[in-house]
Amino acid sequence: MNNKILELQEIRREFVMGTEVVRALKGVSFDVHAGEFVTIMGSSGSGKTTLLNLLGCLDKPTSGNYLLDNVNVKELSRNELARLRNHKIGFVFQSYNLLPRTSALENVELPLFYNPSLSTHERKERAVKALQSVKLGDRLDHMPNQLSGGQQQRVAIARALVNQPVMILADEATGNLDTRTSYEIMMLMQELNQQEGKTIVFVTHEPDIAAFSSRTVMLRDGKVVKDSINENIRSAKEALAALPAADDY
Amino acid sequence: MNLIRIAFKALQRNKLRAFLTMLGIIIGVAAVIAMVAIGEGSKQSIQSQLSSMGSNMITILPSSNVSGGVRIEGASFQSLTIEDVRAIENNAEYVSEVSPVSSTKGQAIFGALNWPTSLQGVGPAYFDIRKLVVQDGVSFSEADVATSAKVCVLGQTVINNLFPSGESPVGKVIRLNSIPLQVIGTLAAKGQSSFGQDQDDIILTPYTTVQKRILATNYFQSIYASAINEGASAQATEEIISILRETHRLRPTDENNFQVRTMEELIKTLGSTSSLLTILLTAIAGISLVIGGIGIMNIMYVSVTERTKEIGLRMSIGARGIDILLQFLVEAIIISITGGIIGVILGITSAKVITLTLGWPTLVSESSIVLSFMVCAFTGVFFGYYPAQAASRLDPIEALRYE
Repeated sequence: MNNKILELQEIRREFVMGTEVVRALKGVSFDVHAGEFVTIMGSSGSGKTTLLNLLGCLDKPTSGNYLLDNVNVKELSRNELARLRNHKIGFVFQSYNLLPRTSALENVELPLFYNPSLSTHERKERAVKALQSVKLGDRLDHMPNQLSGGQQQRVAIARALVNQPVMILADEATGNLDTRTSYEIMMLMQELNQQEGKTIVFVTHEPDIAAFSSRTVMLRDGKVVKDSINENIRSAKEALAALPAADDY
Repeated sequence: MNLIRIAFKALQRNKLRAFLTMLGIIIGVAAVIAMVAIGEGSKQSIQSQLSSMGSNMITILPSSNVSGGVRIEGASFQSLTIEDVRAIENNAEYVSEVSPVSSTKGQAIFGALNWPTSLQGVGPAYFDIRKLVVQDGVSFSEADVATSAKVCVLGQTVINNLFPSGESPVGKVIRLNSIPLQVIGTLAAKGQSSFGQDQDDIILTPYTTVQKRILATNYFQSIYASAINEGASAQATEEIISILRETHRLRPTDENNFQVRTMEELIKTLGSTSSLLTILLTAIAGISLVIGGIGIMNIMYVSVTERTKEIGLRMSIGARGIDILLQFLVEAIIISITGGIIGVILGITSAKVITLTLGWPTLVSESSIVLSFMVCAFTGVFFGYYPAQAASRLDPIEALRYE
């Protein structure tokens, strides 16, 4: 359990906006080990999004080192970054970002299209498996507009899982969902984390959500202000059960 | 392989728009093919009309010549004889047939009717050379030539004027300049020549009959020959010139006392006119193809903007810039090639429909199909490349946040 998936060393990221230099991250350092469920919290403007982009290899730090699975991202080209994203990171977005008019199965298959080592048959098999693992095995041919928000997010999670990444990177993945559905998603995340040992980095601003994770990193003004292990992980399953029965419709 | 699949699925998601974009290409390609077919068709029909006139025909005329300082009019100059005809017949390799012509004017009389017409004394080969078709009866033979037989073949205009009641003239005897001639055949109508001459106002008879019984001369007004094929006209002309120079015993310094003319000039002129027509039509159609291409470019740009978020997503899940570029490029190519195929089919169909409904001759040429298809594939690459490149250069972070 002690191998480091992520290593951030004094990460700084500066943006030049006209004549001003905006320093979004001012030296962030922390590690994430395999099997951890980390939430990154912070209010708007804390550098959360910038950090997420860096973690997702969509951006490179101005200074400092970021090692993803022992690969220093700084030295990689644009194409190598794309390959790294394809192989090692599974993104889950706030707005799902599913392709419209495309079936759940095809949406999940999408990352595999950029992985040339797979055959058509393998691709389909893996996509079906990923959808089954998010309990959508019976919705393979549904289009996104035929699915509820929670189901769409589960398709997105299946898509994140399908390439067997080392880390799932979720960006406000429950931000668009009601409490019940959020808890369902968190339950799924917890299962993936606890039963399958997936490393999850979950960016959120809801303390409620952070309670389900094993560790919380607090950002404020581009710096880590708190990095605490959550001793008392709340079970999403129990939280879900504790919710009043949905009898209002 | 994956790329084609990705592009295809992306197109499937917006079928109507893909089809509308294709429409520009479809119309462009169909227009090129149909227009070229019309151009080529009219070219071919002109050429076949010409060859029905005998486009491999060669005319040999006596030439004006200097005689004691006075230039004498060619036609009255007597230089072409039966020896010339025999020499050409026996020695010229590129000449398939040859016939002398000895003609005169006269008043044809049958019963109470008469008609002024031209009497052409010719050899049996003349029918083939001029592509004359005997409708009723027969044409005369070498035996008729040898005996200066008093037989003739009538053109339709002569028949209409001497036999207005519609009875068959074959077997009847007409008189021309008091010489009785038995009608042994009639010619199928040829209509006017391209110079407005009535080609049916004619009576044909063996040349010996005209020479001996009417004109009392040994010379011919002209000699008609045909080259073995249209392409051989030039060689045949050269051969005839050298043969005739020999039979006329001309010294190398002497001018030709005859002239040789072919139909080639005429064919070339008419051919180039219709080539010009083809070029013009092709240019117009080509413009519509380019407009179709611009349509593709326009739609691809719109598509890139509209699908910015999709591009961002694809990048975040591991698409490289080149993957995005190729995806959009392949989409553009699929649109243009599918449009091209439909356009080819539509173009061929419309050419057929034009022939059937308007009766215009059309000829769908393979080169126009290949060319327009190549142009439209090229259009797809050319006009698809810039939008595709624009897509591939998007920043994934911004693309993902794009609303």
